[in-house]
Amino acid sequence: MKHIISLLMENEAGALSRVAGLFSARAYNIESLTVAPTEDATLSRMTIVTSGSDDVIEQIIKQLNKLVDVVKVLDLNDGRYIERELMLVKVKATGALRDEMKRLCDIFRGRIIDVADSSYTIELTGTGSKLDAFLETLDKTAILETVRTGASGIGRGDRILKV
Amino acid sequence: MEDRTPPITGAEILIRCLHEENVKFVFGYPGGAVLNIYDEIFKQDKFKHVLVRHEQAAVHAADAFSRATGTVGVALVTSGPGATNAVTGIATAYMDSIPMVIISGQVPSPVIGMDAFQEVDMVGITRPCVKHNFLVKDIKELAATMKKAFYIAATGRPGPVVVDVPKDITAQLAHFDYPKSVELRSYSPVVKGHSGQIKKALKLMLEAKRPMMYTGGGIVLGDAAEALTKLSRTLGFPVTNTLMGLGGYPATDKQFVGMLGMHGTYEANMSMQDCDVLVAVGARFDDRVIGNPGHFFSKDRTIIHIDVDPSSISKRVKVDVPIVGHVQSVLTEMIELLDGEFKSTLQARQDAPLQAWWKQIDEWRGRKCLNYAKSDLVIKPQSVVEKLWEVTKGDAFITSDVGQHQMWAAQYYKFDKPRRWINSGGLGTMGVGLPYAMGAQLAHPDAQVACITGEASIQMCIQELSTCKQFHLPVKVVNLNNRYMGMVRQWQEFFYGNRYSESYMDALPDFVKLAEAYGHVGFKIEKPSDVEAVLKEAFSPALKERMVFMDFLTDQSENVFPMVPNGKGLSEMILAEDL
Repeated sequence: MKHIISLLMENEAGALSRVAGLFSARAYNIESLTVAPTEDATLSRMTIVTSGSDDVIEQIIKQLNKLVDVVKVLDLNDGRYIERELMLVKVKATGALRDEMKRLCDIFRGRIIDVADSSYTIELTGTGSKLDAFLETLDKTAILETVRTGASGIGRGDRILKV
Repeated sequence: MEDRTPPITGAEILIRCLHEENVKFVFGYPGGAVLNIYDEIFKQDKFKHVLVRHEQAAVHAADAFSRATGTVGVALVTSGPGATNAVTGIATAYMDSIPMVIISGQVPSPVIGMDAFQEVDMVGITRPCVKHNFLVKDIKELAATMKKAFYIAATGRPGPVVVDVPKDITAQLAHFDYPKSVELRSYSPVVKGHSGQIKKALKLMLEAKRPMMYTGGGIVLGDAAEALTKLSRTLGFPVTNTLMGLGGYPATDKQFVGMLGMHGTYEANMSMQDCDVLVAVGARFDDRVIGNPGHFFSKDRTIIHIDVDPSSISKRVKVDVPIVGHVQSVLTEMIELLDGEFKSTLQARQDAPLQAWWKQIDEWRGRKCLNYAKSDLVIKPQSVVEKLWEVTKGDAFITSDVGQHQMWAAQYYKFDKPRRWINSGGLGTMGVGLPYAMGAQLAHPDAQVACITGEASIQMCIQELSTCKQFHLPVKVVNLNNRYMGMVRQWQEFFYGNRYSESYMDALPDFVKLAEAYGHVGFKIEKPSDVEAVLKEAFSPALKERMVFMDFLTDQSENVFPMVPNGKGLSEMILAEDL
């Protein structure tokens, strides 16, 4: 099952490689991993999307907690949460496609953020599956380039991950 | 800021940190990047520097010093090849959770990443085999980093910590201010176990019909041997130790059923498989211990697991009652409860003791699985270990290398005390035996220290005979020389149709001459009738100050039994009598 794990870690050189190294050394899946500093400059927040049986996820959480640089770990799937990912897609926009692309973009509540003679660049935010759905809607030959950030996650309501 | 002492160099700060940590021995080897540090070592006499002949041995010796004393072992190596040579030692210590601080030199900060002479990314290379590591980037951080390194190494589940120090940092100046304590928001190991869980466990233990204590290296590392012995005796439970846990419970005690696992005793493995309540303490159910996990689970039992490391619990085996805590603290709490809240339950149970279970265990013991064919013609390796036990009165520090001799040492030397058995259990590093003996001998200068080894393993760190000479280390080497990489040969015999691919040791040195060349005493023993006399001579007052290398030519075809073949279940052992 897919899990989204959030963690706070010391914002130090090498901290990211400790987490990435742990996943490769113990053969855990890693679908995406995002990291950036928080409002407290000494802390980084990481969101890891992984998958595995309950036993494996339990081990992943324990092993992450064991890393000396990791301050806190939260499995967002243990409660209600919000997941968002940003995607930029460059699509062909010539002839009839120009209107078609604009329409599809509106349906998915994306925004066209760059317009060229023969292409649009569309910005789209949502859950991973929404972004997947958008790409599936597009004619494959119309996709020139995609870039995705990987998911960020946050607990709903009072669920707060903070030191 | 108040007045402070004048600033000192990074190298001096480093030395002062080691003084503050009360370090008595530093095992190391100098080189370009650590010359400033070595210059400061020259000027001090609070700790002794032990010059090894290869950096791997420095780390092994420091590791053994830690195992033999319970303190943090310290090694010092230079950058590049010095650092990479240390890696095997670090990985060895990591697998067995040994508290160590390894200081490695690094090229000067401005040239890091420039492929400088003798540069490697030590922090990157060691990341998967350390508890934690640091690259010191600022002289002002040096003292605090050292404090953190010692703290992290020794607390929680212990482990090696690397501190990589660029050469320019060792030359810069700063005020020395050693922190009194450390607080890390990201690291706070649990000590006390959850009381509710402890009571739940005790209740199950007191209701058990076929209980079993299965204890590992955590008992030794956590200084919990006394508590374990008291608790087990109070409860009357059978006890088995893992390879790493030997000495955690007295081997000559009637409740001890021997080591378990791939080469464990018949009675230990059968009890493990057949028990109804299993109490695992400071052990991790590894593949060499429980054999095939599927087979292990074919029997229903309740598992209680006490460990300081939460990630050890339910890693390979699903546990019913997990207790995260320092094993000594948890076991002591159990003892107290048995004398308090649970006293009446315990007494009530005394009326119906575990007679049927012990009867079964004694039946298994009756198989005498460690019996072996005696011989007047050829030296049986097992008999050498038995004689060594007799001659040293079971009170020596025994180190071993890796292979058949290691298993025979574990099976036939009955360890009654913790920290007496020093071997590479997790990583299985050939070559540790001699440097381990050096570390143990320095830790206990007046103790008998013997290294049980084989002609293959000993050659992996044979250069350390020179270190033994320089530091007058009267280690006794017991070389069980069967002219084969014995364990490799055994597997090839059983599982590869007797095709002894590359496992024969041809062109062996004359170990007697070799020992003599290094300035030691050497004996070659070819007859079973000479075994005892030579061992007695080696441990006699006349040779007390000398290192003695005993080269025993042993039975080439001897195998280690019992054996749980790879992938088989614990109760599917091959016994010597089966063949």
